[in-house]
Amino acid sequence: MSHETSADKLVYMANQIGKFFASQGAEEAIDGTLVHIRKFWDPRMRNAIIAHLDAGGEGLDPPVRKAIERLRT
Amino acid sequence: MSLVHETDYGTPKSKSEKTVTLTIDGQPVTVPEGTSIMRAAMEMGTQIPKLCATDMVDAFGSCRLCLVEIEGRPGTPASCTTPVGPGMVVRTQTDRLAQIRRGVMELYISDHPLDCLTCSANGDCELQDMAGAVGLRDVRYGYEGENHVFAKKDGAANQNFLPKDESNPYFTYDPSKCIVCSRCVRACEETQGTFALTIAGRGFDSRVSPGMQESFLGSECVSCGACVQACPTATLNEKKVIEIGKPEHSVITTCAYCGVGCAFKAEMRGEELVRMVPYKNGEANRGHSCVKGRFAWGYATHKERILKPMIRAKATDPWKEVSWEEAISHTASEFKRIQKKYGRNAVGGITSSRCTNEETFLVQKLIRAGFGNNNVDTCARVCHSPTGYGLGQTYGTSAGTQNFDSVEETDVAVIIGANPAAAHPVFASRLKKRLRQGARLIVIDPRRTEMVQGPHLEAAYHLALRPGTNVAVVTALAHVVVTEKLYNEKFIRERCDWSEFEHWAEFVSLPKNSPEEVAKISGVPAETIRGAARLYATGGNGSIYYGLGVTEHSQGSTAVMAIANLAMCTGNIGRPGVGVNPLRGQNNVQGSCDMGSFPHELSGYRHISLDEPRHLFEKDWGVTLDREPGLRINNMLDAAVDGSFKGIYIQGEDILQSDPDTTHVSAGLEAMECVVVQDLFLNETARFAHVFLPGSTFLEKDGTFTNAERRIQRVRKVMAPKNGYADWEITVMLSNALGYPMQYEHPSQIMDEIARLTPGFANVTYQMLDERGSVQWPCNDKAPEGSPIMHVSGFVRGKGKFIVTEYIATDEKTGPRFPLLLTTGRILSQYNVGAQTRRTDNSVWHPEDLLEIHPHDAEQRGIRDGDWVRLKSRAGETTLRAQITDRVAPGVVYTTFHHPDTQANVITTDFSDWATNCPEYKVTAVQVSPSNGPSRWQEEYEEFSRLSRRIAPLEAAE
Repeated sequence: MSHETSADKLVYMANQIGKFFASQGAEEAIDGTLVHIRKFWDPRMRNAIIAHLDAGGEGLDPPVRKAIERLRT
Repeated sequence: MSLVHETDYGTPKSKSEKTVTLTIDGQPVTVPEGTSIMRAAMEMGTQIPKLCATDMVDAFGSCRLCLVEIEGRPGTPASCTTPVGPGMVVRTQTDRLAQIRRGVMELYISDHPLDCLTCSANGDCELQDMAGAVGLRDVRYGYEGENHVFAKKDGAANQNFLPKDESNPYFTYDPSKCIVCSRCVRACEETQGTFALTIAGRGFDSRVSPGMQESFLGSECVSCGACVQACPTATLNEKKVIEIGKPEHSVITTCAYCGVGCAFKAEMRGEELVRMVPYKNGEANRGHSCVKGRFAWGYATHKERILKPMIRAKATDPWKEVSWEEAISHTASEFKRIQKKYGRNAVGGITSSRCTNEETFLVQKLIRAGFGNNNVDTCARVCHSPTGYGLGQTYGTSAGTQNFDSVEETDVAVIIGANPAAAHPVFASRLKKRLRQGARLIVIDPRRTEMVQGPHLEAAYHLALRPGTNVAVVTALAHVVVTEKLYNEKFIRERCDWSEFEHWAEFVSLPKNSPEEVAKISGVPAETIRGAARLYATGGNGSIYYGLGVTEHSQGSTAVMAIANLAMCTGNIGRPGVGVNPLRGQNNVQGSCDMGSFPHELSGYRHISLDEPRHLFEKDWGVTLDREPGLRINNMLDAAVDGSFKGIYIQGEDILQSDPDTTHVSAGLEAMECVVVQDLFLNETARFAHVFLPGSTFLEKDGTFTNAERRIQRVRKVMAPKNGYADWEITVMLSNALGYPMQYEHPSQIMDEIARLTPGFANVTYQMLDERGSVQWPCNDKAPEGSPIMHVSGFVRGKGKFIVTEYIATDEKTGPRFPLLLTTGRILSQYNVGAQTRRTDNSVWHPEDLLEIHPHDAEQRGIRDGDWVRLKSRAGETTLRAQITDRVAPGVVYTTFHHPDTQANVITTDFSDWATNCPEYKVTAVQVSPSNGPSRWQEEYEEFSRLSRRIAPLEAAE
C-alpha cells in the first residue's frame, strides 16, 4: 500500500484500531479506540488526527470519528 | 582464571524422586533410583575409567572399560548400563578389573596413531587420559597388521584408511583417530535430533559415516557441534584448536544470537578466543548449541569491522575518521542544535535488542532524561510487540509463561508461525527429543517446515494455512473446543471471569468461526482443524510455541490473544509442560522490552502517564519526564518525512535492512539532519548516517541478556573492546556531552539502578547471578528464587481475560497483478540481516536468499530451478534466484531476508498490526516473473552503497 499523505495513514491506522474494538461491542468501539489512541499515539499524531477531523474527517469510520471527538478533552 | 572443567558423570541424571543407597568401594552413597553405577561413583568423586560414556547421551556399553565387580553377581558388568540397586556392594578397582581394562586399552591403542605430541587434542584427549588411568605401559601387537592408521600398507594403499574430511568450515573429521565409541552418532541423534551420522560397516570395518558415506558438508549435518563436543579424541576437532592450540582459561557467558540464550564457555588463550563450548549448567540450553553460537563468532575480528569513530556532513560525502572526543562532541552539538531549532521532540533513538539490558536501559534513559522526550523504540516493534500487547491484555504480563525445561513435560506441542529448527535450533532439539519420547506435534504454518517432517519426527497435524488467516484458524480451534465441550470448566471458573468466558464462547461458537467456514478462507481442511483442536484439548499437557508468523500481521495482536484464549479455555496455563511461549528472535529482545524501550512505557511495562512509576524515575534521575507517549520507529520515519523529526541515535539496529518498505525507511532517514549509527559494521542504515560510532561485541563487555523464557544471564567480558569502549560507555559519554551527567564505573551499578526502579527485577544483582548462574524474572521479595513458570496460582492481572477475536482480512490482497502471497523467514545458518553470520564461514550453507516457489506456479511462469526471477509487489521489486519446491503451497512463495543485495524488504509493504504497528512482513501480494539479473533498483543501490561507504584516506603527517 502507499498512503498519499500522512493524514491518510493516520486515518487508516485509526480505523484499524476502531475495527478491533467494534468487535468488542458497541460501547468498546468508541471507548476502546479512544483509550488505545491516547495510550499509544504521541501528541503530534493525536493533534494531526484531530486536525483531520476538524477539516471534515474524511475516511474516518463513524465510531472512530466519535472517539476522536472525545480525544480532544 | 583457569579452564572451567565440567564434571562428566558418564550417564544422564535420573529424574526419579525415590532414592537408593548402595556401597561403592566401601563407602555408602545415596542416589536417585535409575542412576547408573558409573554416575553414582562419580557423584561420590570416583571416576570409573570410560570411553563410550558421557552424560550428554544415554549409556551404550560398548567400550568395556567401565567394568565393575558387584558382590553376588557373576562377571564384570559395565557400570554405565547397570543401574544401582538397594544394598548393592560395588568395587571399581580390583586386580581382575585392572587387567581387563589394560587389555581393552591395549587393543584400542594398537589401532590408534601414537602422535600424541603433535596431536591437536594433546592434553584434551580421553583416550590419552584412559591409557594413563589404566596403567597401560606397552602395546604388544605392533602396527604391521590390519589398521586404520596409515595411508599405506606394505607400499600399497591401505584399503582401511580414510583421509581427513575438512569439508566443514569449523571442524575436521580424522577417521584415523576414531575409536568408534559412537558418542558422536548418539549426540547427533539424542542431543541434536538430526540423525546425520551413523556407523557404517560391521566389526573392524565399522566407521563413523556422515549420511551415506558423504562428506560432513555434503551430508544432512547442521554443524551444531554436539558430535565435536562428544568426541573423546581428536577425531572430531575444532579447526581453531588445530590452528591455535589448547585453550588455557575460560569464561562463562551468554550467546548473542537468538532468544534461546545458550550459555557458553568462551575458551581462551590470552585474549584470543579459541572456541565456544556450550555450558552444561546453562539452564536454557543444557549443554547444547547450534552452528551460530558454537562457531559463527569470527565476525568479532572481521576486517570490515569499524574501529574508529567517523563523521561526515552529508550522507554522500566520504567518511572522515575522527577521535572519540570529536565524534561525541559533534554528535552532542548536532542534537542540541536540532532540538533548539525544531523543538525538543525532533530527536529520538532506538535501543538495541543485541546489546545488554544495561546498555538498553541507558539508551532509553538518555532519551527520556537527556533528550527530554519519549521518542524511544526498539526492534521488538517489528517482531514481538503484539506479544507484549496481547499477553499483557489477556494474562497481565508481556512475556512467555514457561521455562524451556517445561518442554520435557509437554504431551502436545503446537507450533504456530515459527520454525524453531531454523530460528531457535537448541529449543527445537529439546522439543524433538520430547517428541521422540512420544509427545505429539501440531504445526500451523503456510510452509512445510523442518518441524513438520524429519527423521523420527512427524507432526500429527499440519495446518498449512493461507498467510494472513491465523486469527480465523486459531478461533476455529477454539470453536471446536467450545462446541464439543472440551474446555476445562473448573480452570475457567477458578482463574477467569465466567461471564467473559460465556460471552467469548458465544462468539467462537458462531457458525462463521466453524472449521467448515474457516476452511474456505484458510485452505485448511475442516477435519484437520477439528482433529488438531481435539488433540490439543484432550492430549494431556498442551503447550503453544509461536513466532513471528503470528505477530507480523495486521492482526498480530489479535492472533496472540486468540492463542491466549485457547490456552486458557483448555486450562493449559500455570504448570510445567503447558503454557504460551513466544519464541523471541534476538538474544535480548525480551530484555530490551523489559528495560522500557517502548515509547509509552517505563521499565517493567508501566505506562509513562502513570504518576507513581514516573515520579519514582523522576526522583531517581533528577529530571521531569514527559508524561506523553513518544513516537514508535515507523512513526519517527513518518514524522521525518513530514519534517518534524530530524535526528536519531540508533544503537545496534539496522532499520534500513530489517524494517519493511525500504523505500519509505530511506526517505525518512534521508530527511533527517543527524543520523547516528552505533554498530560493528557499516550496516545498511549507515548509508544515511552522519556519525558512525563503532560498537563492541558481546565478547568485549560485561552485562546481562534476558532470553525468551525471561531468564537473566550474565554476559562476561573476555577481551578488551577493539573499538576502545563498550557500548554502555559510549552512551555515558554522549549523555555527559549532552549535559545530562551519568556516572557508572561498571554495568553492575546500572543493574542496581534497574533493580531499584523495576519491581520485577528488585532482587537481581550481579552477585546473585554469579552465585546462581541465572534467574527468571519476576525476582523480588514475592519470588526470591525467580519465576520459572508464571501464573501458577492465578493470573498476574487477577482474572484471565477472554477477548473476542474477530477475523478481519488484511487489506494486502492478491489480485490479477499480484496473484501470489509472499511470506518470509529465516534459515539455520544465517541470522536476521546477516551482518554477523555473513561475515563468517556460515555463508557456505547459504550464500544468497532464494525464492521458494511451488512447481505448479513455476511451470505456469516458465521458471526453472535456479533461474533469476523478478519479485514485484505494490511497494517495489527485486530479483533473486528461484528454488522450486513443494514445501510451499501453490499460490505462496517464500524467501529469507539475510542478504542486503536481495533486500526482501523492498517488497514488503507498510501495512502493520492494528495495536502496535508491528509490520505485516508475513503477507505481501506479489508477482513472480523470469528475469535476466539484478533489477535497476539493485544496481543503483549497489552504486550508492559503494559511494556511501567510502572512507577518506588520512592526510599524511607533516
